[in-house]
Amino acid sequence: MSFTVKKHGDVTILEVEGTLIVGNRQELKQKVIEELETGTRKVLVDFDKTTYIDSSGLGVLVSLAKKIREMGGDLRLANLNEDLQTLFELTKLDTLFQISESRDRALESF
Amino acid sequence: MGHTAARLELEIPSEIEQIEGVVLQVIRRCEEAAFSARHLSFTVPVALTEALSNAILRGNGEDASKSVRIRVLVDAQLLVLEVEDDGTGFDLDACTSDPTTPGNLEREDGRGLFLMRRLMDRVEQFRGSGNVVRLTLRHRSSDGRAA
Repeated sequence: MSFTVKKHGDVTILEVEGTLIVGNRQELKQKVIEELETGTRKVLVDFDKTTYIDSSGLGVLVSLAKKIREMGGDLRLANLNEDLQTLFELTKLDTLFQISESRDRALESF
Repeated sequence: MGHTAARLELEIPSEIEQIEGVVLQVIRRCEEAAFSARHLSFTVPVALTEALSNAILRGNGEDASKSVRIRVLVDAQLLVLEVEDDGTGFDLDACTSDPTTPGNLEREDGRGLFLMRRLMDRVEQFRGSGNVVRLTLRHRSSDGRAA
């Protein structure tokens, strides 16, 4: 599992490779917070290379979305595979996040 | 593996870094039993991760001197996973909240038991030598079709 940070204009993209679970959620949180401290307000999490997410991973996304919103920014998600889409639907988090089917679509939406 | 049941027993220290290794070993057994792609990539990994995470963090308070015991049974139709910790146990129904209600949607926690119960066919909690959570998934119907 690893997280890669990329920039596209004023959007920070975080690629999640492997799992986003209880064992690595704090690492993702820390990376996003570091980006916020540099002034970033638009964050896109790209799940193209993600295998699965557990409840702790979902929790950290909810927490970050709230934090970024309070700072006047926005957290958006892209590239959920069918399993991840089901996970977001089961938990109704698909109603909380703006989710795009591709990175390009997500970038256009900011 | 035909109709022979496969068993696996593991014991790990209460460290969250252990979770992925356990999940991989269980998924390997499930692959041998020709589980569906969705069960291999989603249903089983997520539900088992939740059970292990609960046992390590809540049951054993992440005390690495305490162990978590995992017992796996895979047969032609069923997967039975038992995760045992040294905690005092909990009331499954009382501890399962609905994270999809408007008041709970933005909570950071409270989705673990909910997901286990939505993804598995049965979730039970009982006392063994420790506190046991048993997850049961029917992966094939009696006529051999993937469930």
